[in-house]
Amino acid sequence: MNTFHVMKRILIQFKRDKRSVALMVVAPLLVLSLMWMVLDHDDSKLELGAVDVPETMLEQLSSDTLDIETLSSSKAEGKLEEGTLDAVLYFENKEMSLLLEGSNPNAAGAIQKELQSLREDQQNMVDVEYYHGSEDLGLFDYVGPVLIGFFVFFFVFIVGGVSFLRERTQGTLERLLATPIRRSEIVFGYLAGFGLFTIVQSLIIALFSIYILEVFMDGNFLYVLIVTILLALAALSLGTLVSAFAKNEFQMIQFIPIIIVPQVFFSGLFPTEGLGTWVQIIGDIMPLTHGAEAMRGIMLRDASFADIQWEIYILLGFTALFTTLNIFALKKHRRL
Amino acid sequence: MNSMVEMQNVIHRYSKNTIIDKVNLSIQSGEIFGLLGPSGAGKTTLVKLIAGILKPTEGTISLKGTALRHLAQMKNYGFMAQSDALYQELTAWENLDFFASIYNLSRKRRKERIRDVLEMVDLSSFKDQPVETFSGGMKRRLSLAAALVHEPELIILDEPTVGIDPVLRRSIWEELYELKEKGVTIIVTTHVMDEAEKCDRLALIKSGKVIALDTPQKLKEKVNVTSMEEVFLHYGGETK
Repeated sequence: MNTFHVMKRILIQFKRDKRSVALMVVAPLLVLSLMWMVLDHDDSKLELGAVDVPETMLEQLSSDTLDIETLSSSKAEGKLEEGTLDAVLYFENKEMSLLLEGSNPNAAGAIQKELQSLREDQQNMVDVEYYHGSEDLGLFDYVGPVLIGFFVFFFVFIVGGVSFLRERTQGTLERLLATPIRRSEIVFGYLAGFGLFTIVQSLIIALFSIYILEVFMDGNFLYVLIVTILLALAALSLGTLVSAFAKNEFQMIQFIPIIIVPQVFFSGLFPTEGLGTWVQIIGDIMPLTHGAEAMRGIMLRDASFADIQWEIYILLGFTALFTTLNIFALKKHRRL
Repeated sequence: MNSMVEMQNVIHRYSKNTIIDKVNLSIQSGEIFGLLGPSGAGKTTLVKLIAGILKPTEGTISLKGTALRHLAQMKNYGFMAQSDALYQELTAWENLDFFASIYNLSRKRRKERIRDVLEMVDLSSFKDQPVETFSGGMKRRLSLAAALVHEPELIILDEPTVGIDPVLRRSIWEELYELKEKGVTIIVTTHVMDEAEKCDRLALIKSGKVIALDTPQKLKEKVNVTSMEEVFLHYGGETK
């Protein structure tokens, strides 16, 4: 019953504290949109200079991704120096050679790939089909599911942790513990209050990403919502737990580089498959790894519940573990 | 009179420091019992021990004859902490409603009680204002109201009048006398001498020990002085 009262109080506090609500809902939308702008653009044209390349070859080379400019050798080098050309193609003694500008690995890779595919040309064309995803699957589609999970995790961790900490610093926790409330009722009240809020938060963020930013989505929307909410609950229980080890808001912020940032590296934004077992074990003890894995499974590979059930159980396990530890941590403030 | 709080050989240590050193106290029901001492003497620790927030390292504390062991016993008292433990975003009414609901008062009873205590501390016209807009004195009064909302038999007040103007201080003491009339036991800590004189009985605390305990009148007679200040200097002045 007291769990309900604590939950009710938290929801009223949310109603009053519009800024924190905005941080948890609007900030993820804003950052996701910015990421989308950066990652989801159509590739700009590559600037290729051509020196002494015969007309027939140039025709063969022309495509929508290449912007070819014929110029002299010295001018080409000047433009490379300025950085206005990505590469220069030379034709000497019937041999082609390519000089790359080289400071941008993406552009360099793209140009090489482009020339490679032209050389192989149409004759040994392989019929390509996609089992998962599609031809248009961009970088944003790949990282999108992870980012949705990450932003929910990050903002719930911060807001949840700080509000629990403030309960301690403003003295209301002690005041509350001078009433017949159970320690577990406080912790569950927080889970319930934030849980209800994160349902709304997750719904908005997921809907926005999928229908407005059009992240590739092949799976069940309900599963996306379930995983996001579970991630949020794991973040909340972790945030409130570590807040017990912070003296003030500033010390709470210090947990971001220790607890949040490493999780990003292991969440699948960067491939971890080839890494050593012990590195993967580090990833396995992080909630975000499992949440992100499930999110990608659902959104990119149309995973069924059976496919993601283990990730779901693990997330639930994390929440249960952090919650139990938190109830014990409160013993520091009252023995009963 | 029955005893409300019994403390026997209570010792409390925090890491290696002894904060409370072998305290024996018996607080009768219906009295205003004062704990007077300089800051750092252990007054707050003592009231937290009585409130069951802290557990004594050694010794026993009992409330109405039963050892402090169950959460349900916490219903018997109201606690007003030194800092205003209020939710800043919530209104006065919502704060009281939250604390009242934890004591399982029915909705109707809650409404009555909140109206009563707001009346008592003169905050009725501010009930729908968020606490963050309150002045320091208003917050103190609301904290007092929160400690009283469930009609406890015992109220524990930790420095209730610190940082409060004389008019308001008097009005808070008038409330306390009124509560005493109704049979409520009051434990109050203070470091203000003239406030100490308003208590029925007074314990002088220094370095975690009770150095004297009696009615303010008798304390003064014993050492043959006219003010509490001199009493305190007599018992605790060695370090000065």
